[in-house]
Amino acid sequence: MNKKNIKVNDLIFQTVTKIVVFIIILYSLHLFFSGHYTPGGGFVGGLMTSSALVLLLLAYDVKTVKNILPFNYINIAASGLLIAVLTGLGSLFFKVPFLTHSFKYVDLPLLGETSLATAVLFDLAVYLVVIGVTMTIIQTIGETE
Amino acid sequence: MTLLHLAILFPFLFAIFIPFLYKYFRNIHTGWFVLILPIALFTYFSQFIKTTMSGKTVIETMNWIPSLGINFTAYIDGLSLLFALLITGIGSLVILYSIYYLSKEKEKLNHFYVYLLLFMGAMLGVVLSDNLIVLYTFWELTSLSSFLLIGYWYTREKSRYGAQKSMLITIFGGLAMLGGFIMLYMMTGSYSVREIITAVAEISTDGLFVPALIFILLGAFTKSAQFPFYIWLPDAMEAPTPVSAYLHSATMVKAGIYLVARLSPVFAISPEWFWLVSLFGIFTMFWGSFNAVKQTDLKAILAFSTVSQLGMIMSLLGIGAAALHIDSMNDSYFTIATLAAIFHLINHATFKGSLFMVAGIVDHETGTRDIRKLGGLMSFMPITFTISIIGAFSMAGLPPFNGFLSKEMFFTGVLRVAEMNIFNLETLGILFLIFAWVGSIFTFIYSMVLVFKTFTGKYQPEKLEKKPHEAPIGMLISPIILASLVIIFFFFPNILSLSIIDPAMQSIIPSLIGENGYFDIEISHWHGWSPELFMTIGVVIIGTIGFLSLAKWRKIYNLHPKKLTLNKAYDTSLIALDRSSSRFTKFYMTGFIRDYLIYIFAFFIIILGTTIIIKDAFSFSLKGAAPIGLYEVILAAVMAIGTITTIFAKSRLTAIIALGSVGYSLALFFVLFRAPDLALTQLIVETVSVALYLLCFYFLPELKKKDKKVSFKLTNFIIALGVGTIVTLIALSANSERASQTISAFFIENSYTLAGGKNMVNVILVDFRGFDTLFEITVLGIAALGIYSMIKLRVKEEEK
Repeated sequence: MNKKNIKVNDLIFQTVTKIVVFIIILYSLHLFFSGHYTPGGGFVGGLMTSSALVLLLLAYDVKTVKNILPFNYINIAASGLLIAVLTGLGSLFFKVPFLTHSFKYVDLPLLGETSLATAVLFDLAVYLVVIGVTMTIIQTIGETE
Repeated sequence: MTLLHLAILFPFLFAIFIPFLYKYFRNIHTGWFVLILPIALFTYFSQFIKTTMSGKTVIETMNWIPSLGINFTAYIDGLSLLFALLITGIGSLVILYSIYYLSKEKEKLNHFYVYLLLFMGAMLGVVLSDNLIVLYTFWELTSLSSFLLIGYWYTREKSRYGAQKSMLITIFGGLAMLGGFIMLYMMTGSYSVREIITAVAEISTDGLFVPALIFILLGAFTKSAQFPFYIWLPDAMEAPTPVSAYLHSATMVKAGIYLVARLSPVFAISPEWFWLVSLFGIFTMFWGSFNAVKQTDLKAILAFSTVSQLGMIMSLLGIGAAALHIDSMNDSYFTIATLAAIFHLINHATFKGSLFMVAGIVDHETGTRDIRKLGGLMSFMPITFTISIIGAFSMAGLPPFNGFLSKEMFFTGVLRVAEMNIFNLETLGILFLIFAWVGSIFTFIYSMVLVFKTFTGKYQPEKLEKKPHEAPIGMLISPIILASLVIIFFFFPNILSLSIIDPAMQSIIPSLIGENGYFDIEISHWHGWSPELFMTIGVVIIGTIGFLSLAKWRKIYNLHPKKLTLNKAYDTSLIALDRSSSRFTKFYMTGFIRDYLIYIFAFFIIILGTTIIIKDAFSFSLKGAAPIGLYEVILAAVMAIGTITTIFAKSRLTAIIALGSVGYSLALFFVLFRAPDLALTQLIVETVSVALYLLCFYFLPELKKKDKKVSFKLTNFIIALGVGTIVTLIALSANSERASQTISAFFIENSYTLAGGKNMVNVILVDFRGFDTLFEITVLGIAALGIYSMIKLRVKEEEK
């Protein structure tokens, strides 16, 4: 955005970013997975993940970030929507109304007794859409002259 | 669907094939194919004469929208049969005439005959429908097809003007008539004319009775060119002459007459009907004939004469209605007006049809219709001259032509109005007599002008475009047939009386039928030395003097200022309507979004505010309100400061930051009110949106970047204050009176057992109300795509 070409050495900022990004992403994943029991969920999780990516964008530049993460964010948003619709349609196979969720407690190795809910799939859809949307907006605006 | 329905719909069906016939049989004039249809229909309808003569009627019903009581009911009685025969009979003659009138090579015949057939079918539908809504449908179809026919030469400015004028006026009347029909339905619960007639006794005291009457008369008056709605008819003369002969003299303009006659059994018992119909009719008769003398165009004379004659028939129908009010006297004494109306209706169709055709021939053979250029054509066109003399003398009411008989009866009718004692007519009855008599004098004068200015006098070859000669025989057949009917009806009027006129009268004034089931309507030529005869003699003498001295008293027409004419009024009102509506639109459609927002908010305030006041809806109670803590007060103060700063900030940057502070304190409010999910989301969303605001600020164009304080406007202030007050009042009232319990108890109980989650907000979002979320993420997706395409796909400056 800023076209004034002053050489700035961002060493500290970039180094801190390298560490902090992972923490933010981890926290966002935590927010996402624990959404069913504690505050959080797909929406906040998605926003948080994209804020990590924005931090990357600020520390480096659009091209570098695109090289590291070669995603088409519009596709991500679209796949999120697709998952949401498929989750809804899936309930039709069991002869229940559209978007009826179910859950089950399963004893998984390593994780112990865990609830596996189809609602999480739907949350995942929200998560993906939010990331896709925010990143599309920010990247598009960032790339304009 | 019976044969009768088919007969009505057949013109429409046939019209579909016209373009093909026109395209694939270019060598044959399309009119020849069309001609078969009205002849066949005429023969078909003639069969019913026997039925109606014996007093019977024919009813055939075809269901259309039975649930609404709208069915295509075809009904044949004396009146509708008379009109059906006129339509098909004159229709055949006009089509025959048009074959010779319209050139095969130069004209778009496919258009012409499609429109004409459309009109014929619509007109048959009008006169044969028993159901009022069906009648209305066909009625508007006649307006539409007439519009198309007047604008047939659509490249001419005047044709378009005339077509538009006739459309506006007749549709105006048609819509009023629809209103009248609906009122009739509201009173009787039926759209069927027959059923409405049987219910007359109950509805005549209804409050809607007189409005229905006036609305229906509006329809009839506009269609039949009565004063002051006659102005479209002279301009409709831009249509091809066969059209003028057919629509604007013999059939369509009589649709209004038909309607008045058809609904006479319903309305005639009210004095309003008598007054409106007869007064407007008699004045139209006078006014039309008075103005006809002024005209110099052959067809304009005929147009005004049609107006005048229609007024005469209309007034006769009105006077006929008065017969219902007379109990003490001999009935047949008053039914003569109705008899005269029907008889003159037939006569007018014959002589006016032939006169129009004559005007068309003159136009066709000389290239002009202006009587100032014409003259001395007698020796070139002897046959045309003979026909026109028959037509014009009949129109003037001279023996031995049928117009004489009906005019005598007209005088009889008018004289009897003068004798009547109902409605305090002693003085006003004289007015009828004067209008009728003076109108007849003018009728005599213009009839003479029509013949003698055209065919006698000096021949002026230098003013004519073509060398005049007699018309081809094909063009003469139709007027010859009509002119011979004029004479036949004079010598043998009683061939009509029993077969056609009597059944028609039975349907107009059914309550007055004599004991033997018939009206006493022997039409006689000689009444003895009656007042009517002296009136006619007076008309002839004064008319002759008037015609001979026309050049001297013509100037009185110049006295009438041009600014006060009805045409001028029509034109200026159209222009004024156009101007004022565009001015009005410009006044409130300013193009500034600020103004539209003011309208929206002002309406918001007015509507909600008045509702609160009218319904006395405001209430305030602190029941169930939570105690206010210190944190809430502090946060609210911060928020208020942020808001005030946003409004009064000098620089935009300050406003953005202040807005951000409002957003963050809102997040804190969420924390305070225990909504962690909302607080999280609000924090991040606020950050993003502030960043986007800053982005917008950064890219503001240099010119407008001046830091300028928000200017103060009183309207904006009042509106903002009003909206705030209203919203606050509504929120307080709504909170004070909770209608029912919240459903949140259900979610609290069931979120873990039913949905397997402990974060209730999230469970509601993805499980209980997941459907909403599905579409909210769709909204997000659309927003992203929108921004992407707005920025990436915008057309570059140089590509524009």
